[in-house]
Amino acid sequence: MRAVIAEDSVLLRIGLVKVVQTAGFEVVAEAADAEGLLAAVEEHRPDIAVVDVRMPPGFTDEGVRAALLIRRQWPDTAVLLLSQYVEERYAADLLTSHTSGIGYLLKQRVADVEEFIDALRRVAGGGTALDPQVVAQLLVRRHSDPLDRLTSRERDVLELMAGGRSNAGIAGALVISESAVAKHINSILGKLDLPVAEADHRRVLAVLRFLGVG
Amino acid sequence: MRLPTALRPAFERTLHRLRRDLGFGVAGAAAQFVAWAIPMSVPWLIYEDIAALGWVVLALVLPLVVPAVATPVLTRVQRWRFKELLDIEITGPGWAPRQLWYHLLAGPAVAWGGVLAATMALVGLGAATVYLWIWGVPLSWRLDHVGYSTQAAYVTAGGLILLGLAYALIGALARLDTRAATTLLGPVPAKELERRVEDLTESRAGAVDAADAERRRIERDLHDGAQQRLVSMAVNLGLAKATLKDLPDEARQVIDEAHREAKGAIEELSSLVRGLHPAVLDELGLDAALSGIAARAPLPVRLHVHVPERAAPTVEAVAYFVVSEALANVAKHARAERADVTVVRAGGTLRIVVEDDGVGGADPARGSGLGGLAKRTGSVDGTFDISSPRGGPTVITVELPCAL
Repeated sequence: MRAVIAEDSVLLRIGLVKVVQTAGFEVVAEAADAEGLLAAVEEHRPDIAVVDVRMPPGFTDEGVRAALLIRRQWPDTAVLLLSQYVEERYAADLLTSHTSGIGYLLKQRVADVEEFIDALRRVAGGGTALDPQVVAQLLVRRHSDPLDRLTSRERDVLELMAGGRSNAGIAGALVISESAVAKHINSILGKLDLPVAEADHRRVLAVLRFLGVG
Repeated sequence: MRLPTALRPAFERTLHRLRRDLGFGVAGAAAQFVAWAIPMSVPWLIYEDIAALGWVVLALVLPLVVPAVATPVLTRVQRWRFKELLDIEITGPGWAPRQLWYHLLAGPAVAWGGVLAATMALVGLGAATVYLWIWGVPLSWRLDHVGYSTQAAYVTAGGLILLGLAYALIGALARLDTRAATTLLGPVPAKELERRVEDLTESRAGAVDAADAERRRIERDLHDGAQQRLVSMAVNLGLAKATLKDLPDEARQVIDEAHREAKGAIEELSSLVRGLHPAVLDELGLDAALSGIAARAPLPVRLHVHVPERAAPTVEAVAYFVVSEALANVAKHARAERADVTVVRAGGTLRIVVEDDGVGGADPARGSGLGGLAKRTGSVDGTFDISSPRGGPTVITVELPCAL
């Protein structure tokens, strides 16, 4: 697996490269701005690009725009966005047009190396990884409704599921058995009137669509 | 003339003042004369039969009409006179009815006072110097008036007193003229207030904008500096934790602790920086920025935002601050189960309602964040209203103008 990293802070770029290498990826290029990132992706066609949202010259949402461009032009390259703050609106922009190979996490999640590596692999493999904070923001906007019918445990499971976790991942995060997770998920899908899907990825999308994105 | 040194400055001051007031008075009298006395006397001069009613009326009306017509010019002349001779700046409208009072009443009165003062000064000067010119009076007269030199002493004293009075009168007239002119030729009080309010509004908007820009700058600096360093540190500690598996327990504990601390610091700094000014507010507006606050609140928050057209950036920043501060207050004091945030734009007004089902009894005077909230609302001419009976619910309503 090959990766490109775009981050304007040199310090953090060094750390990121180390973490990505620890995950077993080969870092083929590093960039400090959106332009450099696009050039690197075009040249190397990596499996994944890890991209900072706020980059020169404008320090606004260059990373998001670059991510959308990459997903459109080079569909084989997944994108994992990192940001000091995650905004559900950006997540919505990203997920409406491309429902796979997208990740959007808070920068500080990189520090939880194991979890971050898990998300990195998931996204590179065509899955989704959304920060719990994004999911929380999505839930704030949905106040119809069937969500109120969920138990608090089911709500926890829903948030992790929307973040793109697999059953095993959810079980690990909540310290419950996988069969319990499966039971909760069936109950949630029933209450929210969502189709039961076998593949993790399809299920995540159904949940995200319910939450108003994708 | 050799004066004692102590008296010299006082004497020079007096002389300077006299010269200045005199020049000022003469210029004033001349202006009034042209504006008022000449129009008044012309009819009398060119017509002998003064009994004719038409002429009398004309003679009386003309000095009223001429200044009235010439008011803008006269006002300019008078302002110039004050500026040049007394260094007093009088600004105001080019024409206002009140200026007529000056040109018809105050001005002429002062001018006649000036004529009186000049007469007094001349007579006083003549009388005071009687010993200097008495020798020019024919001898026969002096022989007829035995004891004249004693009388001349009285005359001298009287002359000096008259000179002093003339001096005082000139000063008083200059002061009176100045007061009349600044009142009557100056700006109209209501208009002046209006202008002042405009100025203040403008400068306040400037100050509010500047403070807002400053917050953005600090946000940017912290984002590019301290936050990146902290994250980088946490990442390195995380790497150490993940890769250095064969460390002694103590070392592992130290790394764990440092890792936790670093992550805590990032959280704290992030919420502080975000409170300053979230970048997403500029790019995507209130709706997007508020979902971030609502999601991070420690209690369930329902958010409803309907702002089809964006407000001015500074107003958006205030609105963001209001919601952020209100929710922080709810979390701190209200012991609430949930909160509702509604932000709606109606016409030119942005209406923000933050409601919670807590214990109530919130009081802006009691130094919670509510005081700052009211102040910041006021800084953009918004209104702030709170209803918080004991036992709840608390409802904060803020209305902001969308444009500054």
